Amino acid sequence: MQRYLTDRKRADGLGSGRHGTHHHWHMMMTSLALVVVVPVFLVTFLAGFGGTYAEVVAYFSQPVPAIIVALSLIVTISHVTSEAVVAVEDYVHGARGKLLIIGLNWFSYILIAVGLFAIARMAL
Amino acid sequence: MAQFTLPKNSKITVGKTWPKPEGATNVRKFQIYRWNPEDGKNPQLDTYFVDMDTCGPMVLDGLIKIKNEIDPTLTFRRSCREGICGSCAMNIDGINTLACIYGMDEVKGDVKIYPLPHMEVVKDLIPDLTHFYAQHASIMPWLETKTNRPAKEWRQSIEDRKKLDGLYECVMCASCSTSCPSYWWNGDKYLGPAALLHAYRWIIDSRDEATGERLDALEDPFKLYRCHTIMNCSKTCPKGLNPAKAIASIKQMMVERHV
Repeated sequence: MQRYLTDRKRADGLGSGRHGTHHHWHMMMTSLALVVVVPVFLVTFLAGFGGTYAEVVAYFSQPVPAIIVALSLIVTISHVTSEAVVAVEDYVHGARGKLLIIGLNWFSYILIAVGLFAIARMAL
Repeated sequence: MAQFTLPKNSKITVGKTWPKPEGATNVRKFQIYRWNPEDGKNPQLDTYFVDMDTCGPMVLDGLIKIKNEIDPTLTFRRSCREGICGSCAMNIDGINTLACIYGMDEVKGDVKIYPLPHMEVVKDLIPDLTHFYAQHASIMPWLETKTNRPAKEWRQSIEDRKKLDGLYECVMCASCSTSCPSYWWNGDKYLGPAALLHAYRWIIDSRDEATGERLDALEDPFKLYRCHTIMNCSKTCPKGLNPAKAIASIKQMMVERHV
């Protein structure tokens, strides 16, 4: 569609969205959290690795390993989902992009729910 | 969806090879992007040979020699020839830079010249910078004041003046913005490193009284936060400036307002 807009109007678009810093701060916070959470998770996970099924279940039913795994799950998925949403915003425009973002968010909620259920089942 | 391949009518074809200068012993090969909107053809890569014994040392000297002595239809912008006007920005040997201050001795092999990437081409090496300039205008590149006095000049401390160093030198050549993948994919909404560096230049100016309004205008997931700290802007800037640092400073101020 031909539109007779001035260059300035095109550059201004719809103006400022009045948000963005919150997301930026959230990414900084989760990044910093991951610096701590990932090594702790690896140490915890590897410590319980290689046993029999009963031993592994017993190990992850203890409070500290269970909480560390749950924490890793929530922080990692939250961070990765936010990054994935930004990637979609970058490369997929229009209605397809918006649908993809909705799908990504649902997928992350499901992943967190399934992960927490699995941990709860072992721990409780 | 972002487009990762060139459209059919933008694919570059092999162009004309111009004859070597007679009797020249020190010859440099130039391969230059050519596109004429009026002939309906695809862009092509023309080959020229320049006698280096009668040519200046900069890439722009070579281009001017080609235009004057070989092919007067070759089209490019140039003005000051000393890195001040920002007109002759182009992609030389894979780097966005100013042809007037880029020495031919810095290029290994053939001198390959294309227009600034991912911009509409007007003709040959001339990109359409209309939107780029409009984005610069949108950040209000002037001193905004609310106080009427002093009626004469506004004083600034030496320390505050120093904060503008590394910012005011930008010549708006667009090398940085056109090297930024975020600007390639979302240039319609993302302001790009050049406009954001200028925005910071006015935000940080001790005499400017519109700091809050300027930050408000940038508080946007696309206008500012499409910068993913890729750093191509700082790497390519022909003036040695650091737009990525300026953008990071804006983000830091944004966080300070919130947290």
